[in-house]
Amino acid sequence: MNFKHKFVFLFPGLFVLIGILIFPIIFTIRLSLSGWNSYTPEMNFIGITNYIRLFTDDPRFWESFFRLSFLSVTTVILQYVIGFALALMVWREIKFKRFFRVIFLIPMMTTPVIMTVIWRTFFHESLGPVNDLLGNLGVKPILWLSDPVIAKFTVIIVEVWQWTPFMFLLLLAGLLSLPKEPFLAAAIDGASPFRKFVYVTFPLMAPISIGAIIIRLIEASKIMDTVFVLTSGGPGTATETSSFYIYIKGLREFQMGYAATLSFTYLVIMIISLTIIAKVLTKLMIKE
Amino acid sequence: MKTIKTCVTALISALLVFSPVAYADKWSDQFPHIKTTGDIPGECSYESMSKKDYSGKTLKINTHAVPVMGEPTALHAEQFAKLTGAKVDVTHTPAGDLYAKAMVPFQAGQAPYDIVFGFSNFINDWRRYLEPVPKKYVEMKQMQDVTPSHIGVASWDGVMYQFPVDGDRHYLKYRKDVIDNPEYQKKYKADTGKELRVPQTWKEYGEMAAYFNDWDWDGDGEKEYGSAEVMKKDDLMYAAFYSRSAAYSKNPKTPGGFFFDLDTMTPLINNPGFVEALTDWVAATKYVPPGGINFGLGDEIGSFGGGQTLFSFSWDDAFVAAMQPDSPINNKVGAAQLPGAMKVWNRKSNSWDEGFNQAPFFVWGWAVGVAKKSKEKEMAFDYLCFFANEANHQADIGIGRFGVNPFRNDDFKAEVWTQIGWDKDIAESYVDTLAKMEESKNRVFPLRVPGTFEFNAALATAAAKALAGQLSPQAALDEAAKQWNDILNRVGKDNVKKAYSVGVAMEDNKL
Repeated sequence: MNFKHKFVFLFPGLFVLIGILIFPIIFTIRLSLSGWNSYTPEMNFIGITNYIRLFTDDPRFWESFFRLSFLSVTTVILQYVIGFALALMVWREIKFKRFFRVIFLIPMMTTPVIMTVIWRTFFHESLGPVNDLLGNLGVKPILWLSDPVIAKFTVIIVEVWQWTPFMFLLLLAGLLSLPKEPFLAAAIDGASPFRKFVYVTFPLMAPISIGAIIIRLIEASKIMDTVFVLTSGGPGTATETSSFYIYIKGLREFQMGYAATLSFTYLVIMIISLTIIAKVLTKLMIKE
Repeated sequence: MKTIKTCVTALISALLVFSPVAYADKWSDQFPHIKTTGDIPGECSYESMSKKDYSGKTLKINTHAVPVMGEPTALHAEQFAKLTGAKVDVTHTPAGDLYAKAMVPFQAGQAPYDIVFGFSNFINDWRRYLEPVPKKYVEMKQMQDVTPSHIGVASWDGVMYQFPVDGDRHYLKYRKDVIDNPEYQKKYKADTGKELRVPQTWKEYGEMAAYFNDWDWDGDGEKEYGSAEVMKKDDLMYAAFYSRSAAYSKNPKTPGGFFFDLDTMTPLINNPGFVEALTDWVAATKYVPPGGINFGLGDEIGSFGGGQTLFSFSWDDAFVAAMQPDSPINNKVGAAQLPGAMKVWNRKSNSWDEGFNQAPFFVWGWAVGVAKKSKEKEMAFDYLCFFANEANHQADIGIGRFGVNPFRNDDFKAEVWTQIGWDKDIAESYVDTLAKMEESKNRVFPLRVPGTFEFNAALATAAAKALAGQLSPQAALDEAAKQWNDILNRVGKDNVKKAYSVGVAMEDNKL
């Protein structure tokens, strides 16, 4: 029997794959080898000049990358801890359980850019309500957006507020799908709630936790809108992240070739790092 | 007696027929925006445009977000559509994306927009994609009234690429009710031993701003602060820095470049003049409102226009906003030239020249051009000509949020401003300030070279690092100078030099 015709049915999917994944990556690689910018708008070939510039003469990109790593890891850890706590809370039989489940999800359902504008208004140092409130309590105005250190934590606050519900949702779904038997056995053995969590709930939740953490790390590593609206990467370059820096080089300064170099390098670094992180988390959290 | 009656009747009839007021009544009924002046006869007046027929045609415009420039674009588009029958599609884009939104299709050989709004310093990058303004518009009466400086800003090598719709410069704005207040003058003298007056130098500006910082000096129950400035990176802060640097670095004795030494193309931005200006600016972070280090242009307009600070300096918008009838500081503000300095760096002798120096900065302004690939060029130029006709222009310049500022000789008459409610002395000080900038022989024009965005962004990033305390002023500007050299190497020194020589010729009063 001749099955060659079956390959015809694969073409639509193949075309889509080439169109939306392979072609953009190949185009980005080719663009990264060109000097396309505002004054030479052409796909000329300049070899690895852009890559040499990136690895030898662009500390700002690497600073923004390490800043991104700090922000991503911190926000995702906080989201995981808070999200897990909230999920545990509404997993139990408590009053208004459904109401709380909906309330906890609201931040995720709002538009990030608009919410960041609102947060920026809250944190506005001279006109915002947060400092006004603190002033009534006798606290001096805090430079939420204009102190290089505090501004990073402001970004973290907004990110945690926005995306903890996502973590909460995944972890709650995980908790609801856990088998009942191990908990019954632990109860019969007289295990305390703490021991039950450490020895039953947490290990059972490990696979779901790893998935949730990786998904959020991927998302958090693309952080752009919050930084763009809240601080524009400032003060100075204190909150500039990789994606924001790539945006500046590409669409503000119109260094298309160089921005493609940054994008491709960033993609490679992220694939490698996230693979390593996933392996490490699996090793740490899942015990055979 | 009959003869007298006949003469009077004839005179009244003639006035009604020939007076512009007759047009005013006719058109201002339909278009209340021009109610103050009515239509003013001209090649692109309401009357003239009503005779054009663009029915069935569509004009596509990319402009800034509402309100600054976006609102007048949309308003005049609606009026133009009513008058000519054209369909006008207006797209609003944030300031930071205007450049790329036009550049991407330009470079791809497409023209999704017939008209593109941007900043006047885009001219070097955009001009190859823009249609030069046709001779008939360049020679028309309304264009003849545009000041030579703004004709220069809109043109490149004698060819006009941008249709003048706005004129911009940076100047000082101050609270007149404080600076001219005899009680405060006495108190300031007693406390500091110095005169309270319109600051003549940036040092005086800093001293006064620091003195009037963080206390309620206007008795409204709220604290006020010294100065509101555009300090936010990527939000035009480089322009504010150039304004602060001009007095220290634009030496009339050393023509041949403010940003670069035109002979060698060595960046000058890390010379002691610029470093002094950045040092002053770092000190200014202590007398801006809380969070002032993150103020963009909108924040600056809101802060000064809302009565929060003693001083401000940047575009006209904050001043015009402060002078609008609904402003809490209406008729309480004054305008003056940018402060100067008591020394200016001489790059030839490599030393400071002592003595007062002041240099106005003709910063970039809103600019607009017609895409070379547009299929509706005639309609596009007619729209721009209509946008900037005398009646629209006079109405637009009185609305702060519109971002349309004076660029015509007629704008420098105090009556234009007193008729919209400004006090006479404020109107006079305002027009006098603008006129003196036009007359100055020590002006600085914006950098308009290939890769302008890269140069300004590198400078802004370095200055922002200094303001945030990440680097010292000297280290920050050394970093910027190094980047400027890298950009020069990438773009090509000769390309930049050729373009920069046009700006230098303007600064050196050769054009």
